[in-house]
Parts: sequence; C-alpha cells; structure tokens
Amino acid sequence: MTAYKEAVRLGIARAMRADDDVFLFGLDVDDHLGIQGTTLGLAEEFGAKRCFGTPLSEDAMTGVAIGAAMAGMRPIHTHIRMDFLLLCMNQLVNIAAKAHYMFGGQVTVPMVARGIIGKSWGQGAQHSQGLHSLFMHIPGLHVVAPATPQDAMTCMMASVADNNPVVFVEHRLLYNREGPVDISAGASTIGKGRVCREGGDVTIVGISNMLHDALKAAALLEQANVSAEVIDPIWLAPLDMDLITRSVEKTGRLIVADAAWTACGASAEIVAAVAERVPGVQVARIGFAPTPCPTTPSLEKAFYPDAVTICVAAMRLAVPEASIPPFAAMAEDMQQDPVFKGPF
Amino acid sequence: MPAGHHRLNPCRRKPMSKNFDNDLISRLYRKIRLIRRMEEVVAEIYPSDKIKSPVHLSIGQEAISVAFCDPLRRQDVVSMTYRGHAAFLAKGGSPSGMMAELYGKRDGVAHGIAGSMHLVDMDNGILGASAVVGTTIPVAVGYAMAIKMRGEDRVVVCFLGDGATEEGVFPESLNFAALHGLPILFVCENNGLAIHSPLSNRWAQPDLCRRVEGYGVETHRFEDMDTIVLRAWAAERIEAIRTGASEGPIFAECPTYRWLQHVGPNDDHDQDYRDAGEAAHWRGKDEVARLGDALAPDMRSAIDEEVEAIIAEAVAYAESSPFPQPGELNVGAYA
Ligand SMILES: Cc1ncc(C[n+]2csc(CCOP(=O)(O)OP(=O)(O)O)c2C)c(N)n1
Ligand SMILES: [Mg+2]
Repeated sequence: MTAYKEAVRLGIARAMRADDDVFLFGLDVDDHLGIQGTTLGLAEEFGAKRCFGTPLSEDAMTGVAIGAAMAGMRPIHTHIRMDFLLLCMNQLVNIAAKAHYMFGGQVTVPMVARGIIGKSWGQGAQHSQGLHSLFMHIPGLHVVAPATPQDAMTCMMASVADNNPVVFVEHRLLYNREGPVDISAGASTIGKGRVCREGGDVTIVGISNMLHDALKAAALLEQANVSAEVIDPIWLAPLDMDLITRSVEKTGRLIVADAAWTACGASAEIVAAVAERVPGVQVARIGFAPTPCPTTPSLEKAFYPDAVTICVAAMRLAVPEASIPPFAAMAEDMQQDPVFKGPF
Repeated sequence: MPAGHHRLNPCRRKPMSKNFDNDLISRLYRKIRLIRRMEEVVAEIYPSDKIKSPVHLSIGQEAISVAFCDPLRRQDVVSMTYRGHAAFLAKGGSPSGMMAELYGKRDGVAHGIAGSMHLVDMDNGILGASAVVGTTIPVAVGYAMAIKMRGEDRVVVCFLGDGATEEGVFPESLNFAALHGLPILFVCENNGLAIHSPLSNRWAQPDLCRRVEGYGVETHRFEDMDTIVLRAWAAERIEAIRTGASEGPIFAECPTYRWLQHVGPNDDHDQDYRDAGEAAHWRGKDEVARLGDALAPDMRSAIDEEVEAIIAEAVAYAESSPFPQPGELNVGAYA
C-alpha cells in the first residue's frame, strides 16, 4: 500500500527520470518538508537545476514556466495551496491556454500547475478553496483531480506528457490515504474516468476527495436498500461524459459531489451536460455551502458536505417517500476518514 | 515556548541608557511584554488542540510592531500579515477578542470566522490580515489614498515580510504610492526567511532599500532591532507624513529574527535549515528583557502582574465564549 502523497512523488520522479526536459519548481519544493512529502528527495535525485525553489512571485513564475515550455521544457509548477493559483490566472488563462491556438500551432505549452485544496484545522477562507471549475471554463486547459494513489501517479505522468497546460488538483486530506500502486503502470489516458462501484438506483459522481465520501455513502445507502453507482471522473477537462451518461441512462438519477462550491462549478457542468443527453434525469449537486470557508470547527462542519449529505440527497431522489435512516450514527461504525492535525 | 529565554547572555545585551523617559519605557515594555506573553500562552495552549488554527508567532520580532504602533493614534491604520498578533496587540486590538478568535469562538474579533491569520479590528485602525502573501500591500495603499482624497491627517503603517517584497504587487504598489505621494509608511520585517527559504535563494540584489529607492521612495534601513531607536525614528517620520512636512510613502527595513517555526508553537532549530548561532545571537539581545531591565524592579513586576491578569482574563473569556452555531454559517456572507 502506498500513500497518495508518495504516489504523487513517484509520478513526478518517474516523469523526471523518463525525460530530462522535465523540471519541478515552485515555493518550498526543495525544503526539508517537501510540499507535505510530495517532493521529498527530488532535489537530491535530480539536482538543483531540475528541482528548485523560487521567490514569492507566482504570477511571473507561471510566465516563466510557459516560456520554458515554449522552448521545449516540461515544467511542473507547484503551489502548496490551490488558492495561490489565483495569482497565476492571467498567465494561465491569457497565455498558456491560448498560445497553441492563437499562435497558429507554432508553439505548445506542456506544463503542469499543481494546486492543493486545503481542508480542516482552520484553513479558513483563503487556504481552502476548490477552484478547479475556473480552469474547466477555459478552452485550452486540461484539469485533472485524481482521488487515489494509483491515479495520482499515472495522472501525473500523463499531465507531464500532455502537450497542453494541465491544472493538477490535489487535496490535503487525500495525502495520507493509502492504496495499491502498480509501479510499472504507464501514464493514464487523458479524459478517461472510472466506475468505482456498480449500482442501479442512483449515479454518484465524486470529485477529488469527495470520491471517498461518495463511496462511503454508497455503502451506507446499501443498508437502506438503495443501490448507488459511484463514478470517479478523474479528469474534469476533458470530462468523460460517455461514461457518466451511460451510468445515468441506467439509473435515471445523478448526484455530483464536489470539493468546491456548486455555483458554476464542476457539479453544475456535469449535471448540465448529462441533462442535455439524458431526458428526464433527476439531479442534485453537493458542494461547499455558498459562503467563504470559516475557520472555527463549529462552522466548518456546516460548511463541508460529507457522506451523510450525499446519502440524504440520494434518498430524496431515489425513494422520496421513505424516511431518512440515521446515516450519521450508521457511519460511526465504518472506517473513519483520516483526520488532520495542525499546525498547518 | 523554549525555556530560559529570559536568562540571557548579559555581555551581549547593551544596557539601556537611563536617560530615557520612564513613561515611554514602561509603555513600550507593557506592550512588548503583553505580546510576548500572549504568544507564549498561545504556544502553551496549542497542544491541547483548543486552538485549531495555524498560528504564525512573532516571538522575537515584537519590537518592530511595538515601536511603529506606539506613535500612532487610534484613528491611524495598520495593515499587517498573517503573522499579525504583535501588530494587532500593539495597535490596541483586544487580547480577549484575539484569544477568543483563535479558539474559534463567537466573541472573537471576527466571531470565529477569521482565526489567527485574519485578525481585524477596524475600530482600532487594524485592517484585516490576509494569508495570501502580499495581498494586503495594495489594500493599505488604497486606504492611504482615501485618506488623502478626504484630506484627513491619518497615516497608514503597512507591515510586510521580506518575502512579500517578491510579489508583483509590492513594486506596483510602491510605484503608485510614490506617484500619488500617499501617507503611508511601509515597514518590512526582514527576518531573512520565507518559510525555510533564506534571502540568498530569493534575492539577486540584497540591498532592498536601493531597489525601493528606485521607485522614488524615501527609505531607511535599520542596522539593529532596538525598540527605542525604531520608535524614535517612527515617531518623527510618522509625524512628518501627518503634517505634510514629508510626503509619503516612506519605507523602512528592519532586521529581525523569528525565534520559532514558521507556523506552529515550537522551536525548529533542530530541523537544520538555519543557523543555531544566529538564534543565540538574537536571543542574546531580546528586547523584552532589555526594556524590562531598564525599569525599576518594582515597576517591572507591577507591569508583569498586570499583563498576566490581562492574559488570564483573555483565556477565561475565550474558554467561556460559545462556539458559533451551524445556523450562523451564512451570517455576513453578503453585506
Ligand atoms: C501568494 C502566496 N504564496 C505563498 C504562500 C505560502 N507562504 C505563506 S507564508 C510564506 C513566507 C512569507 O515570507 P515573509 O513575507 O518573509 O513573511 P514571514 O513569514 O517571514 O513573516 C509563504 C511562502 C502564501 N501564503 N501566499
Ligand atoms: Mg520573512
């Protein structure tokens, strides 16, 4: 079993071993904490020329990545919080996403921008945002949000090999999750999702960390005689709409649970795209409450959805007349989610 | 808090001249002692998990906040960083409101929404802090511009770290503030580190003031962190901005040293990214002890007692305040 954070590290290391043009940079990638372990040892293995920290200049460093990519390199630009990608927005949206098209195919921008969604221990309004849908909105960008260690490794390799700029979405609560990793596996296929659990009553798409809540919800729903199919889209742009559509054609019901807000979010996009393809589908979106994230634990609980939120939504869609079982109490008997303790 | 920080190497510490106004020293000591003890108490409480918020302690750096806030009036404004406990308390923010905020309680300055990283107190001229480095710099400039537009005689002091000077908004803000002659004093707390990264990994040109001067801004670099020296200079330059004798902006670079880890309550010199000798050097000229030593012992212990009482009250206040209820999540999402 391998932890997600180690799998990210393996993905980067394998990409760097395979291609000398790949380099990793960003604030603190070469310090002794190594971006929560995801970059540890890389400076030692590949040297300071290919793994280096930068000044606090995210905007310019994104442009630097783009320029290096145009020159034939394959940069991986790392941000310890996804919120800092907002400083990179102009370069990513106005140059990286458009260069290949706007410049008539004369250049490509094969770069990866990693951003980590923070959660818990009072991350607060500015260290907790899930901003992937902002990037999904932009033609020319790919967006990936792997939820398992295996996908973390293979999607990192696919992102580095991609000739398009890729926003690579990680989630802090995924880092200590363990799973099997086939170290010989190659890069994943861009835009391919996966059915993680089969079921007939309702389709639940779980994005990033919410995949695990979706799986937990499916197990709880089974006890309430509701059979849920759980899908990990893995890639948010391009989306595997064929996979999701096939599932919803079977179940007739769709819930999308995201580690982000719902308005104009990945959940809104998936629901809309399915509604265009499957007439009469019943839908529900689940995400952050529509406020900035509070730091106090008492409000954090109300801000974040979880497996129980998903279960309740599934019951309302699948068996609206039934009373809601005590899912919270039932969930206590299940394996608990990894908890995070500070100071950061 | 590492033990023994008051037992300092006496040969390193310059004695304070007794010519200074006793009122001034006792005022400065009261503030610096309050800040140090508040943060030490935060560090003591932290392992209990009652404070579930990342804390960036300013222990070792307090003198700068104390010196630059002392000449300010209540209506004057400070802008600070996520390492903001010192500036918050120095500018007159409530210790109880701060402690309750760190606890995530309803009676915190922002009702538990802000935590340690976003302290705020507009009644006392404390602009809210940001956890995104550098973002507050142009906001402080905008506040100063409004002051000028309205013809007020208030002044803005904008604290920032050395790392923040690397963000694009820093030179952009300097240029604009200089262009418009805004009433703002930038104070760079240069602790030589951005998390674990030393200046040598980040600056090709170590003379920060020279870079800032290039934008047409008056600069001053302090050689040392001496509360009295910093305070005297700050008082004079703040008054010059206020009266219009000097046009702002002005920029001050203050060398300092972060005693503890970047975030969290512990010492981290065992992690080998910085020099233990440097730590000993800075601890050897601790400004809390130095100001305290300049006071008559009975006066010092009276202040110490007063400070302990304030902190005990703040902790009790935080402990007894309720948590916000889930139904309150939406409060304030829109004005
Ligand atoms: C825009 C942005 N980039 C990166 C970070 C992560 N980060 C938090 S504090 C910090 C170091 C800032 O150093 P400095 O400005 O010198 O302040 P100090 O912490 O030393 O007080 C970094 C890189 C951040 N919060 N915001
Ligand atoms: Mg610093």
